[in-house]
Amino acid sequence: MDVKLINPFINATINVLETMAFINVNAGTPYLKKENVAVGDVTGVLGLTGVANGTISVTFEEKCILTIVSNMLGETVKEINYEIADAVGELTNMISGQARRELGEMGKVFKAAIPSVIAGKNHSIIHYTTGPKIAIPFGTENGNFTIEVCFER
Amino acid sequence: MDTSIRVLVVDDFATMRRILKNILKQLDFKNLVEADDGTTAWDVLEDQSIDLIISDWNMPKMSGIDLLKKVRASDKYKKTPFLMVTAEAQKQNVIEAVQAGVSNYVVKPFTAEAIFEKLDKILK
Repeated sequence: MDVKLINPFINATINVLETMAFINVNAGTPYLKKENVAVGDVTGVLGLTGVANGTISVTFEEKCILTIVSNMLGETVKEINYEIADAVGELTNMISGQARRELGEMGKVFKAAIPSVIAGKNHSIIHYTTGPKIAIPFGTENGNFTIEVCFER
Repeated sequence: MDTSIRVLVVDDFATMRRILKNILKQLDFKNLVEADDGTTAWDVLEDQSIDLIISDWNMPKMSGIDLLKKVRASDKYKKTPFLMVTAEAQKQNVIEAVQAGVSNYVVKPFTAEAIFEKLDKILK
């Protein structure tokens, strides 16, 4: 997978979370993920079409997403519930939108579907494309989250 | 800015509707109505008298761009201020919205200041 396709997702994630949730995030080193089990407790996933087909997912640890959503809404949310799932969907949507803007400036135009959200310990994410699955870990003061990007070969 | 006007906030994500309503309340708007997609929004627009529409783009059943076109084709709302607030950030999306008659466009993620700035321009 072309590494130039990864940076827009890193930049988008930092921008979205700093702007909407007022938190600083640190991107770790991307790695090739082999297993399907999500690295966290709740995941937003959406499909991309255009110059290539693919999927992206954003998986949050519980403590991390509770802090993020509490910051976004200006009130404390204490458990993963419908509100959290909704917020994860919107965060996935925004990250996708920003990444697609930067990819578009590189001449790679994508459209995105409306996201879906999966919650629960040890849930799996199955990316229905043939390409490698690249995971980008992020750290915050209140836990971690991971973006997975998978484009067809 | 006249903050007594009735504002319709349209987004399929409840989180986003809440964030926008919180910002509008900070700006002293009190008369707020919401809808979770273009179809529901159109029902509200037919039933009530709305002075400002703030809408997302990507929504099920009827998208924000289709809502915009429907609004601009109606006698009742052809001149009503319409602010698109969306994650669709590519140039061709903005062009399409402008051609469809959008009053202004905000890309997600956004700050409260960005919303205020755009509203200030379109409500003058």
